[in-house]
Amino acid sequence: MNPILQLESVHKAFGGLQVTQNVSFAVMPGEISAIIGPNGAGKTTLFNQITGHLKPERGRILFKGHDVVGDSPQKIVSRGMGRAFQIASLFPDETVLDNIKVACLSKLDQTRRFFRPVRYFRQATERSYAILEDLGLAQHAGRLAFELSHGDQKLLDIGIALVLEPQLLLLDEPTAGMSPEERHRTRDMIKKLWKAYDLTLVFIEHDMDMVFGIAQKVRVLQQGALLAEGTPDEIRSNKAVVSAYLGEEL
Amino acid sequence: MTMKISRTNTAAALWCLMIIGFALVPVLMTSTYQLNLACHVLIWGLFAVAFNMLWGVTGMLSFGQALYYGLGAYFVGLMVEYLGRAWYLPAIGIGILAAALTAFLLGLIVIRVGGVYFTMLTLAFGQLAWQIMFKWYEFTGGDDGIQGIIPPGILANPIVYYYGLLVLVMISIWMLKRMAYSPFGLILRCVRQNPERVRFLGRRVRRNQLRVYIISSLFAALAGSLMAGVDNSIHTDMFFWTTSGEVILMSVLGGLNQFFGPFVGAAVIIMIEDIVGAWTEYWSLIIGTVILVMVIAFPKGLVGELHQLKLRLTQLRARRSQ
Repeated sequence: MNPILQLESVHKAFGGLQVTQNVSFAVMPGEISAIIGPNGAGKTTLFNQITGHLKPERGRILFKGHDVVGDSPQKIVSRGMGRAFQIASLFPDETVLDNIKVACLSKLDQTRRFFRPVRYFRQATERSYAILEDLGLAQHAGRLAFELSHGDQKLLDIGIALVLEPQLLLLDEPTAGMSPEERHRTRDMIKKLWKAYDLTLVFIEHDMDMVFGIAQKVRVLQQGALLAEGTPDEIRSNKAVVSAYLGEEL
Repeated sequence: MTMKISRTNTAAALWCLMIIGFALVPVLMTSTYQLNLACHVLIWGLFAVAFNMLWGVTGMLSFGQALYYGLGAYFVGLMVEYLGRAWYLPAIGIGILAAALTAFLLGLIVIRVGGVYFTMLTLAFGQLAWQIMFKWYEFTGGDDGIQGIIPPGILANPIVYYYGLLVLVMISIWMLKRMAYSPFGLILRCVRQNPERVRFLGRRVRRNQLRVYIISSLFAALAGSLMAGVDNSIHTDMFFWTTSGEVILMSVLGGLNQFFGPFVGAAVIIMIEDIVGAWTEYWSLIIGTVILVMVIAFPKGLVGELHQLKLRLTQLRARRSQ
């Protein structure tokens, strides 16, 4: 089987600072994996290069066999790569339902319909409710997005990304800023969505319960370089990783 | 389900009330002056609602919609003046097409810039048009404008003209309302709130902005062209920046986030002008004060605050019945 995402010696510097140093790895289809590393290790910067927000100086990024370096983020999204942001990116004054629905209507290419009220678009409505049901947000459908709790806003953000039926979904700190209870719920939800939507998932995370709880593979970044890669058990017993996280329990 | 039905019923009831109210104006009012006032409310109401599709809905504050309003009026005025009264109705259609074409061409330029630069650029183009109309005396009558624009045939009767205008304005507002609640309208609201995310849904932000700019402008032109027959004249003020400013004030007063807000704002401002203007020439002082109070104390606008009040009352009632 070919990897769905393959990085080959990706390199990037901001001025003199090497933010990504010759990073290479391959993500297999259906895999759920985590990227961890201390603050400033270049995790989000790496995501930005994969999704086309930043252009690497050297190296190749192959998504489903195509080199996507230099493609716009929109083009990469249309190829089937989704992303949820560290801070939920929503339409705050619209209802939860309409946040999903606008994505459904976009996916169905129905946003040029000028005269029929949104509520009459049955296919989009049904699909939206199905996704809200999967996210456990159906009971909030009529509320405005900004009224949702922090955790639910992040779930809704993931929901919008799911509408576009991505094969690869990148999540940037899905549980950041959540209460322990919310974190638990989000972790279970992400695992459920991964199975239900047949996704390949890569997430950045600081919460070690989440990392070692659901990831099949863990990659460790330090100062822009890939320090280690392996199963959770391998990473836990890796000497270099343990010393990078000096004093921290893995 | 009952919720839904009752909401549609209320909306239908309000539409009926509004149409019947305006339809009764010629029956109840005896003077042509009052009829004229009702015409002004309808035309400015349409202009303001069309403008708010740009600002309130899509977040594009144009300070130059007078350009299209004036264009509509001048097409009617000049064609009637130079080609004859028979051209009155065709001129409305031609003016609208010309406005749409102008909006498309200017839109390609002004939409490239965002925020306050968009506002300034629309203002600049608006003032440019005003300057041309002002200086081109032989053709446009410059500062004097053109008087004696009488609609042809039976439309010359003010009451007949009023009913024709009422039908056109109501159809236009109904069309704009359908648009505001269609998928296109939803995309426009999303463009205002989070353009970056809209791009990630694979939709083009600028193309949708251009579409709504053209739509808003052609309805502004329709409003202007209808005004030519109400006052039986055209004048350069129709192109002036204060005309663009007036619809901004109307939208703020009525409520930006309410579809009918700008219409109500238009009615209120015209009433203030009329009532206060009757006993003092400083009516703009009163309008200024009203806007000031609204912005500071009731930022949601008249319709927005009413809506909020209704919401709070229902919540209160629900809590009490528990």
